[in-house]
Amino acid sequence: MSAEKGYVGLGEVGEMEESIGLNLKATELRLGLPGSESPVKSTSLGAKRGFSDANDGKWVLSGNGKAGSDLALGKDASLFSPPSDNTNNDPLPLPQPSKPIPAPAAKAQVVGWPPIRSFRKNSMATQPPQKNEADAEPKPGCLYVKVSMDGAPYLRKMDLNNYASYRDLSSALEKMFSCFTLGQCGSHGVSSRDNSSESKLRDLLHGSEYVLTYEDKDGDWMLVGDVPWEMFTDSCKRLRIMKSSEAIGLAPRAMEKCRSRN
Amino acid sequence: MECCNKRRMMKESPESNFMNRRGSSCFPDEVLERVIGMLKSRKDRSSVSLVCKEWYNAERWSRRNVFIGNCYSVSPEILTRRFPNIRSVTLKGKPRFSDFNLVPANWGADIHFWLVVFAEKYPFLEELRLKRMTVSDESLKFLARSFPNFKAISLQNCDGFSTDGLAAIAADCKNLTELDIQENVIDDKNDNWLTCFPESFTSLEVLNFSILHNDVNFDALEKLVTRCKSLKTLKLNKSITLEQLQRLLFRAPQLCELGTGSFSQELTTQQYSELESAFSNCKNLNTLSGLWVVTPQYLPVLYPACANLTFLNFSYAPLDSDDIAKLLVHCANIRRLWVVDTIEDKGLEAVGTHCPLLEELRVFPADPFAEGDARGVTDSGFIAVSQGCRNLHYVLYFCRHMTNAAVATVVQNCPDFTHFRLCIMNPGQPDYRTSEPMDEAFGAVVKTCSKLQRLAISGLLTDLTFEYIGKYAKNLETLSVAFAGSSDWGMQCVLEGCPKLRKLEIRDCPFGNAALLSGLEKYESMRSLWMSDCKVTMNGCRLLAKEMPRLNVEVIKEDGSDDSQAERVYVYRSVAGPRRDAPPFVLTL
Repeated sequence: MSAEKGYVGLGEVGEMEESIGLNLKATELRLGLPGSESPVKSTSLGAKRGFSDANDGKWVLSGNGKAGSDLALGKDASLFSPPSDNTNNDPLPLPQPSKPIPAPAAKAQVVGWPPIRSFRKNSMATQPPQKNEADAEPKPGCLYVKVSMDGAPYLRKMDLNNYASYRDLSSALEKMFSCFTLGQCGSHGVSSRDNSSESKLRDLLHGSEYVLTYEDKDGDWMLVGDVPWEMFTDSCKRLRIMKSSEAIGLAPRAMEKCRSRN
Repeated sequence: MECCNKRRMMKESPESNFMNRRGSSCFPDEVLERVIGMLKSRKDRSSVSLVCKEWYNAERWSRRNVFIGNCYSVSPEILTRRFPNIRSVTLKGKPRFSDFNLVPANWGADIHFWLVVFAEKYPFLEELRLKRMTVSDESLKFLARSFPNFKAISLQNCDGFSTDGLAAIAADCKNLTELDIQENVIDDKNDNWLTCFPESFTSLEVLNFSILHNDVNFDALEKLVTRCKSLKTLKLNKSITLEQLQRLLFRAPQLCELGTGSFSQELTTQQYSELESAFSNCKNLNTLSGLWVVTPQYLPVLYPACANLTFLNFSYAPLDSDDIAKLLVHCANIRRLWVVDTIEDKGLEAVGTHCPLLEELRVFPADPFAEGDARGVTDSGFIAVSQGCRNLHYVLYFCRHMTNAAVATVVQNCPDFTHFRLCIMNPGQPDYRTSEPMDEAFGAVVKTCSKLQRLAISGLLTDLTFEYIGKYAKNLETLSVAFAGSSDWGMQCVLEGCPKLRKLEIRDCPFGNAALLSGLEKYESMRSLWMSDCKVTMNGCRLLAKEMPRLNVEVIKEDGSDDSQAERVYVYRSVAGPRRDAPPFVLTL
């Protein structure tokens, strides 16, 4: 491996990494300036980090640890002591001034960088950034949908992106519509409503009285729960909590469900 | 101040004769202890204990709180021998980089043996505060039954326990005032641990379960909040809806610190106004956090409570610049603000405009791994805050790029920084306008901010940065370094130049044995040194260990790596000798 002072044999790194299925070529030459005294941190050194049982899984090439370390220039190679007269350097392309340097893929493969705790990373990852689009046109992905319940005086609206599964949706609906089913709604804190009404609603929804349905892109009314969640959020235009007696003509499973309970 | 352990006789000694001439040891022990017992500051107590034997003893008998920054620097036996009357213990365990997965699981810092010794020596223990320790359910159960006066437990960044442990605390700690669970790795078994507080239990003042992800038993929570009239701090998890929040606030308008649950339920008009009035009834609210999953149109319910807020933690609520601006108009008294970078520079301008009393700002990235056209905050937002908030002394700022000029402007506007943590998320990123290294930025920081205690550096950095630090940062105590430096000289500058340095943590830098060994004399005055993925070898570590027997020099070995390299090195002073509980992958040299 050519041991140019201060530089990893970048060509070989690129080939090795590609053979493992990564493409780091695009980022090989992006770090540092020609003749600078900065360490040219190779992506491979980033890649070999990480304990398979102590990483967050996403960013570590734990299986490639060995490959990475083989590439790390041999242990006595002077990776990091470029002298001030670094005349051997290959000229690197100057980063464009006033434009951010494109993020090197190394960033994505370095364990524990940027230094953000796992809890925070996971919390942010599951939240879509809030945009002020509640009043805007619904996006093609059908995020905000109207939700109606037979017998309720008015409709509600909910953002399907706030939920990750049918279970989340179901409990959100329970909470949202519990005030329409029984007892007082939202009295001044001293509520006659407690958990029992929510569970009654749950019973209603899961029992024979109501059925949760949705209108899909084709305009058909479908039973909620048949397709994978992502497919459902893609195609759902509105939701309706329908009385079972009205559910004739729905998907056959809905009919069976009614029949088996009656 | 009662001392329930036996006293020792006052001895005639050369020191006390000398003091007699000066008149100060005509105090009986009780008086001396009483006086010294009033000292609260750790530093003062340390100084006092060095004066003479009498004062050393008075100090150790009168001490009630002890803080141990590295649990392996001392043993429970040594601790309990010196301080017989401790009521409150704070312990920190793993090196800080364990937060970022650089320390393998099962590394250590287990609390259990400490608790066993405390049960015998400190049966009157009241408070335990742990950070980065491993805590099992067994340990929590043992704690709950071993200390009848136990009052407060705070677990931050700990791991190893589940809600079973919390249930034991709830059930058995009859005098509990504080249960504070922050950012831990916890197994949430969704098993109604909240119902374990007995009906007769009313002493709770602090309850923080914000990191749990499962539903809690709301009925039990509401009843608990209702009967604990002294509750001051309540931090909820995301399972709590806005309706439920309103009910809790109705029960506890005396709250000072509130962490909301989810902020995104659809509300009827009536519910909305009830929530708003609940907030306006909370006259003592000074801290607001939570807002998991926030629907911005409900933020106005907070406005009535904003005027008195001093700490706003929106670091889990990705708001945009308009939302935050509308809110901050009402928050003139904010001293501490934690936000997500979705507010962008425009949001930071609003901070500068509306929050002149701001002292601390933390900006977290919504999407740290974003490629391409990722948004966030930049140098101009940073400058905008510094222009409006001249009292700023603590900053944690995640950005994708920065300029030297901007940082220089910021510290010129705000020269009183004590904590300056800048994280340019791309490793080795130069000044994006001039393409130069970021040396001058941090040079400006250390030259201008003479009170600087903590510094975290990033971006493309040469040895010059470290020269600056060594030359100017005379009050620096904690330094965090990543992907920086050109040679051993950099680290040497810091070790030789920063007299107050206590914690040095370094990753992925070109510092080798010469740098490591240049700090021989220094490490005993520091708490710890961490070096990972640098150029240090096993031989260098062995030499350090040999020369400095009172240091623990530990190397964490990774499978399959070169035996001569020392990839992860943790060096710390200790009076307890080498660890007795080291796992196989930790080599003590």
